[in-house]
Amino acid sequence: MRVLSWVYLAAAYAFVFLPVVVLVAFSFQDGRLPVPPFQGVTLDWYAAVLGDRDLVAALVNSAMVATVSSLVALVLGFLAAHALARVRLPGTMLLRGMLIAPMTVSYLIIALGLLALFNQMGVRLSLWTAGIGHVVINLPLCFAISYAAMGDHQKSAERAARDLGAPEWKVLFLVSAPMLAAPLAAAFFLSVTFSWDEFIIAFLLTRFDVTLPVEIWSMLKSGLSPATNAVGSLVFLVSVTLVVVLEIFVFRRVK
Amino acid sequence: MTAGVSIAKVTQRYGTALALDGVSLDIAAGEFVVLLGPSGCGKTTLLNIIGGFAEPSEGRVLIGGRDMTGVAPKNRPTTTVFQDYALFPHMTLAENVAFGLRMRGIGRMAREAKANDMLALVGLGGRGAFRPHELSGGQRQRVALARALAVEPDVLLLDEPLGALDLKLRRAMQDELKDIQRRVGTTFVHVTHDQEEAMAIADRIVVMNGGRIEDEGPPQQVYLRPRTLFSAAFMGEINRIPVKDGVSRLGVLGVPDGCLCIRPEAISERGSLRLGPCRVEETTFFGTYLRARVSPVRAPDLRLVVHLPQRSAPEVGTVLDLGAETHVVLEA
Amino acid sequence: MGWGLVAPALLWTLAFFVLPFAAMIALSFAHMEGRDVVRGFDPGNYVRIFTDWTMLKALLNSLEITAIVTVISVLLAYPLAAIIAFRVPARWQRLALLLAVLPFWTSYVVRSYSWLLVLGQNGVVNKALLGLGLIAEPLEIASTRVATVIGFVHFFVMLLTLTIYANLIQLSPNYARAAADLGAGRWATFRHVILPLTLPGVMTGAFLTFVLCIGDYITPQILGGNNELTLPQLIMLQLGRSGNFPLASALSVVLMAVVTVAYFACSRWLRLDRV
Repeated sequence: MRVLSWVYLAAAYAFVFLPVVVLVAFSFQDGRLPVPPFQGVTLDWYAAVLGDRDLVAALVNSAMVATVSSLVALVLGFLAAHALARVRLPGTMLLRGMLIAPMTVSYLIIALGLLALFNQMGVRLSLWTAGIGHVVINLPLCFAISYAAMGDHQKSAERAARDLGAPEWKVLFLVSAPMLAAPLAAAFFLSVTFSWDEFIIAFLLTRFDVTLPVEIWSMLKSGLSPATNAVGSLVFLVSVTLVVVLEIFVFRRVK
Repeated sequence: MTAGVSIAKVTQRYGTALALDGVSLDIAAGEFVVLLGPSGCGKTTLLNIIGGFAEPSEGRVLIGGRDMTGVAPKNRPTTTVFQDYALFPHMTLAENVAFGLRMRGIGRMAREAKANDMLALVGLGGRGAFRPHELSGGQRQRVALARALAVEPDVLLLDEPLGALDLKLRRAMQDELKDIQRRVGTTFVHVTHDQEEAMAIADRIVVMNGGRIEDEGPPQQVYLRPRTLFSAAFMGEINRIPVKDGVSRLGVLGVPDGCLCIRPEAISERGSLRLGPCRVEETTFFGTYLRARVSPVRAPDLRLVVHLPQRSAPEVGTVLDLGAETHVVLEA
Repeated sequence: MGWGLVAPALLWTLAFFVLPFAAMIALSFAHMEGRDVVRGFDPGNYVRIFTDWTMLKALLNSLEITAIVTVISVLLAYPLAAIIAFRVPARWQRLALLLAVLPFWTSYVVRSYSWLLVLGQNGVVNKALLGLGLIAEPLEIASTRVATVIGFVHFFVMLLTLTIYANLIQLSPNYARAAADLGAGRWATFRHVILPLTLPGVMTGAFLTFVLCIGDYITPQILGGNNELTLPQLIMLQLGRSGNFPLASALSVVLMAVVTVAYFACSRWLRLDRV
């Protein structure tokens, strides 16, 4: 039984890591195809990728869209959670349900709906329209995390601040937000990673300037290439670095 | 139905930390033993070892004369009432109580009958269809007790079962626990840090500290004639007066060298061990007695706590001539 | 004060979630004349979806693939989560979990592409099996349903391991101890106590898997190819090649309806606000 557990664990890790190992290994392929046999090690593909203007531009676009849309989602989500967690409003349950609802809807549908709306209103597609879509998908996440983090401890600290004469906006920014720094940071960075990696909304709602996943998608259309492996490996490296840094500095404190 | 427990030189190490240090204890069949001590004293570790949830690093446990080394909890003649009760929230009370019987392959009819009997025993007859979340803390505690007793264990282990209850309910449950134990005759091993609870229910109290047994005996003995200073202080408030070469701060008292320990309620104006005149510094009314802090005239910086009758009302500054009715001298 | 703080999030949700959805439903009742969209109330798109075998087949493919993926993922993830929660020493658990979901952080598009490298005609698996002499001809895994399922399962095993693990470790260890104490063996403890107590968490994870899987375009497009279309692939096809936005909208409404039905089917176990 005990041995079986470790065998299962090893098999699961092998399955989970198989595609990543293959991806990274063949990004160093000294040949035209990222499949066996392995023909030796080269860094040429990394050089090619980093010298590709379209890719670098897409990367910058992605970073911008992710940062801005996550900030908007965080601010909106935090304010709404703050209000719904303490002020009794009629239909609180309904409001909460509505704010959470986009979480249960496929991104494809959200994207298609926005596309229908923007078409009808004559809005031109751009990074902004994709950003709007990303706020829609990340707002429920930021709201839910902020809402869950607001406990009684939080409420009594806020009451104390009001009692000592702080106006509401000062309570919000000097007491509530700093007390929730860790969960808010967690919500922000989760949103950034979701937005950064999102494909279908960015694909349908951008036109000329595109984000990184969309650019990678167009690379795929020209067939298998170690260049795609190199891009994938780089993105993986950046994400993992971010996750490790967050694990050490942010998430550990959320617990 | 009931069996004795013999704990022989049990030591438990966690890394370099010593949770139990060569503990030996014999518990008679049908006895109600309370393991008493502060948190971290090893009482819960000892309970876990008896229940089979941990294997001791050294030593062994015998239940009814049978060596329990390597015997899993499910094969031991013990059951446990957990501190958080661990009632299964997805089962009704009757299903909870019948769980152990079901695991033993007993038929549905017999199980249900027994579960109803057990619920009746703990005063919850007819509530079998309720679910745990519908009950108060005290009721959950009773269900946990019924569930553990339903399989008719030889030894019942109770891990601070009253810890989550408020004071009034805890006192009421103590009487009930004692009563149920007399009726079923099972050996009870009960862990607590509340010395009043221990005295209320125990046939024998085992005081533990730092992984060792400090003291053991019937409540009266442990309270009145404690074997160690730790035990004396843990069982209740105590006045300590060091005595060296037959002399104390209060002069010659005619007691052996050591630490003279006197309970506040043992001090009165009649006591035979004379402490001399003492000045009343402060009094507080506690309902059943009047708690006074006094300082002996011979040693004004020494403070003694005295329980005076509730109707006495000495002014602050009054000098009383006090003596102790009972005392013990312990190694300092 | 309360309304002032909720208003921005509420307006955003209304303007960019509720309103677009309404626009999409309205569009689904329009029809095409040549390359022009003609608005109106024409249920023709829906009639077509449920009478045209290509459309119906895409819906069935999606449902089948999603059902298979959800079941396999839960069956694989539960033991993994349990081993990490109960077998791995406490101080290593966080690391074990972090490792088990590390490939989660590869780019989503790249993850499916990586499986293509593994499963393709000249891929690692085929080359290895040919090299070992276990097969004479390369297996055709890529561009089949099997590849789609493997790609999906890979992703959802990670997701479900996380949610199930979170459920398992928040159970008081005393539940399992109480069961063992009362005579339950390992299997009985699991079946009567641990499984029922974790069922709500498992169902929530399974529902998320269902929603994410049935609406995904990338994985079936890259791994499954065009041999067997899923609903999202069909939607994108209508949108792109045919430019038939009304039909794409109607298909999306159907997709949404399927998810809603799934939600109500397992709503008694779901606790979405506690994800």
